[in-house]
Amino acid sequence: MKKYLLILLALVACRKEDEIVKSTSTQVVYPYPDVGEVKGFFLLNEGNMGSNKATLDWFDYETGVYTRNIFAERNPGVARELGDVGNDLQIYGGRLYAVINCSHFVEVMDVRTARHIGVASIPNCRYVVFKDGYAYVSSYAGPVQIDPNARLGYVAKVDTASLSVVAECVVGYQPEEMVVAGDRLYVANSGGYRKPNYDTTVSVIDLNTFTEIKKIEVGVNLHRMELDRYGNIWVSSRGDYYNAPSQTFVIDSRTDVVTDALQLLPCGNMDRCGDSLYVYSSEWSYLYQKNTTSYAIIDVQSKRVVSRNFITDGTERSIVVPYGIAVNPATREIFVTDAKDYLTPGTLYCFSPDGRRKWSVTTGDIPAHIAFSNQKLKPVN
Amino acid sequence: MIARYIHLCVLFAAAVVFRGATPLYGQPSDSVRRIETVTVTALKSQTDVIPAQTLAGEELQRLSVVSVADAIRYFSGVQIKDYGGVGGLKTVNIRSMGTQHVGVFYDGVQLGNAQNGQIDLGRFSLDNMEAVSLHNGQKSTIFQSAKDFASAGSVYMTTRRPTFDEGKRNNLRLSLKAGSFETVNPSALWERRLGRRADASLNAEYMYTSGRYRFSYCKRAGYDTTETRRNGDVRALRVEGGLFGKIENGEWRTKLYLYDSERGYPGASVREEPGKFRHEDRQWDRSFFAQSSLRKTFGRAGLQLSAKYANDWLHYLSDPRLDVTTMYVDNSYRQQEGYFSAAGEFVASDLWRCSLSSDVQYNTLKADLTGFAFPSRLASLTAAATELDLKRFRVQGSLLYTFVRDHTEAPGASAGDRNEWTPTVAATLHPLRNADLNIRAFYKRIFRMPTLNDLYYTFIGNKNLALEYTTQYDLGAVYSKNFRTGALRRVELQADAYFNRVWDKIIAMPTSNQFQWTMLNLGYVEIRGIEFAAQGSWQAGSIALTSRLNYTYQKAQDFTDPADEWYGGQIPYIPWHGGSAILGATYGAWDANYSFIYTGERYSSRANIPENHAQPWYTHDMSVSRRIALRKTTLRLTAEVNNILNRQYEVVQCYPMPGTNFKIKITMTL
Repeated sequence: MKKYLLILLALVACRKEDEIVKSTSTQVVYPYPDVGEVKGFFLLNEGNMGSNKATLDWFDYETGVYTRNIFAERNPGVARELGDVGNDLQIYGGRLYAVINCSHFVEVMDVRTARHIGVASIPNCRYVVFKDGYAYVSSYAGPVQIDPNARLGYVAKVDTASLSVVAECVVGYQPEEMVVAGDRLYVANSGGYRKPNYDTTVSVIDLNTFTEIKKIEVGVNLHRMELDRYGNIWVSSRGDYYNAPSQTFVIDSRTDVVTDALQLLPCGNMDRCGDSLYVYSSEWSYLYQKNTTSYAIIDVQSKRVVSRNFITDGTERSIVVPYGIAVNPATREIFVTDAKDYLTPGTLYCFSPDGRRKWSVTTGDIPAHIAFSNQKLKPVN
Repeated sequence: MIARYIHLCVLFAAAVVFRGATPLYGQPSDSVRRIETVTVTALKSQTDVIPAQTLAGEELQRLSVVSVADAIRYFSGVQIKDYGGVGGLKTVNIRSMGTQHVGVFYDGVQLGNAQNGQIDLGRFSLDNMEAVSLHNGQKSTIFQSAKDFASAGSVYMTTRRPTFDEGKRNNLRLSLKAGSFETVNPSALWERRLGRRADASLNAEYMYTSGRYRFSYCKRAGYDTTETRRNGDVRALRVEGGLFGKIENGEWRTKLYLYDSERGYPGASVREEPGKFRHEDRQWDRSFFAQSSLRKTFGRAGLQLSAKYANDWLHYLSDPRLDVTTMYVDNSYRQQEGYFSAAGEFVASDLWRCSLSSDVQYNTLKADLTGFAFPSRLASLTAAATELDLKRFRVQGSLLYTFVRDHTEAPGASAGDRNEWTPTVAATLHPLRNADLNIRAFYKRIFRMPTLNDLYYTFIGNKNLALEYTTQYDLGAVYSKNFRTGALRRVELQADAYFNRVWDKIIAMPTSNQFQWTMLNLGYVEIRGIEFAAQGSWQAGSIALTSRLNYTYQKAQDFTDPADEWYGGQIPYIPWHGGSAILGATYGAWDANYSFIYTGERYSSRANIPENHAQPWYTHDMSVSRRIALRKTTLRLTAEVNNILNRQYEVVQCYPMPGTNFKIKITMTL
């Protein structure tokens, strides 16, 4: 009775025509005949800053159906939907973690239902990694010193059981992606708020004491990180958009020494599958007022570029701004997202391992982050 | 016919008196002149070659609105981009061509913002405003400055010019407004007759508001959340002084204007943990300008001179010590502008007249940004115009030549010179001898210069930008009729259909990620629209009524890239349907006003999908006022209720608008 009364009240208070936006589905490909361990993937669309339009999509391998905007209809009680600017998406321990940058929290969902479980509150949070029951979230919002322009970032240690921040560790300026190598957390510091005085270091945190033990001097405006099977950490430098071009560095995590600086490998984003590192670059230059795009594969063992264009059928010509990249670890399919003009829905491309377009689909605004799931998403009710 | 019209105009002076008058000199300065002015403007009103809309006098003052931006919402073909609350940015977009194509004129001289090209009309109060008018294309007169020819559409604000009753040398008016959002708004006006040929006025206004209001978002069978808009406070002081004089066959006017304000920026309302973070971005503005103009006729020739100096300072602070989530920004900008205009007219005969005007403008912009280019801009505009008046057929043509040269302190950073020729042709036909029906049409081609920010802003500007061009075609008719008897005493109907095109839209685009933006020329838009406006004056016993109805239909489509999935989509924030209604009544010492605004469904992106859909909204506002005549003074008490049904809505996505709000106002005139 009470429930009906509440619904009635809600109806009176609400404008009847204001509906929760429903998900939309597209059959993008025939059902995959032999679905392996990867049952599908989530895709987080960032949404333009200040528009509260981060959305979550799901692709189901068994049915070949791509479903856009699943969060709102599965969580009608969550006020203002997913939030503003989705910046990272990861799965850990049966839960889906979406880092919502400008909403200042990590949204935690059940990976089988995409239903809201809770949030971990961290201002200006960027990326998340996991180890031993803890989530480590990088944040720009470190303590403010005397000079407000020289504000360091930090990494928050979140207990995944209680979703509370149990410790914080101050790192460099505007920290971005992280990797865990052994008992150490490596954090790429960008200094993006301080242009043109970008940060150039990787912070190393000892996870036992959760303190920063050193900073490794690497390169200008660091962003992405990937750990390979040989203990090498691949770090991308965005460059300064003028004279210093984007490039890729390699840190040996056993010695914490920068062993390689791959000047001819600009890197916007990367994903590793086995010994292959898939790297796209979409590098902006203010000097030439244009983006230069490339799609490369590197053999991480030999540190050699195997291919300068992993898209082999010419599809790259229709990609305006590559924004996200992911490789299915089971099928080795390559996924590349196109953010286009950032204000309208983007496109997700699926390529076969030999670089031919298998299918593509319209996503939400600024499709960016993909998390492969070994669990099937339950249909809504 | 004309005599009857004058009579009626004096009777119902409220509605349409100042239509078409030149804003500088259209104001009556004494009671005798008033009738003369009415004659002239009434004649002009019937032959406005290009569509114009005006709210003036009592009708304007009766509207329960705060700023000029709120008043403009009642015109057809207009979208106000409103970021909500008293302090939120409010800009006007005429016929969907974009806010930066709108020229805004204050007492006849254009308000500049070389930095970003937009004028916040929310900052102009109606306290001292005599008329607000909106012109598509350009103002329908040839004797004007070159700048008057240089925008795709224009808004003219005309402040009060002193008028004195017989034997009076001083006017004093004090008013106090107070209401919702902890708003306090006192103002004072002092007008003094300095002699037979000169008057002075001094006007000051202060406004404070906390800008705090509750707003809700809710969904059917879903969430229902109410929050409070914070950090929307505004403190503003405006002081204006004017000198007004008459010379033989002419007039002059000098104005000093100072605006000083501090405001908070509440920012986009997005999902956050309620009350967890405080957003404390602040902005300080100090604007000053001095402008003078003079107009004189010499037999068949006329001369108009105008000059202006403006100095604008802006300081923006975003401080992580106050708001942990933010990036530190602490920047100041200073713009200066010098402007001089000379216009001459030659009346060859009753049939033919021509004019030539030339303007020079110099702008500088300084900022404490890293690697700032310190740009300055010299612009010279020359317009030649002519008018042929065959009584039943009138045609105007003008040609504008614009030369722009930029200079930057950093070598090689400046954009190249621009030399542009842009024409306008307008004609009106009076087909029937016995009916006051006029058919009109115009064509105009004009561009907007990339602003100094577009070209030179550190890390974002792009000096290779092309000009953003527009063309407009308009065909319309205006019909009016007066009645001696019956309830309806006067009716005026206007209808226009138009087709606009915008090329090379200048837009901001993120580059390879959301932190790096750049300016680009991207986009081609076609706008097809229909506007309809009806105005009536009514008399029912001792109740005098005025009514005004506007409707706009617009199809504004993005045709940039045929390969794009959203090709042909309606451009952001332009509703297909929009309209407004105003009903004003006077009964003895009582005045009442009701107004209604409707904005139909629209999308926040050219991708017209459910995620971007914005619900239609409408608001009802009401005000009642009463004059009380005391021995030597007149009191006027006004009570207003706005958004009576407490409609929760957004004009711009994530910027909620206030619900029901109240205001009372006391005005004392000595």
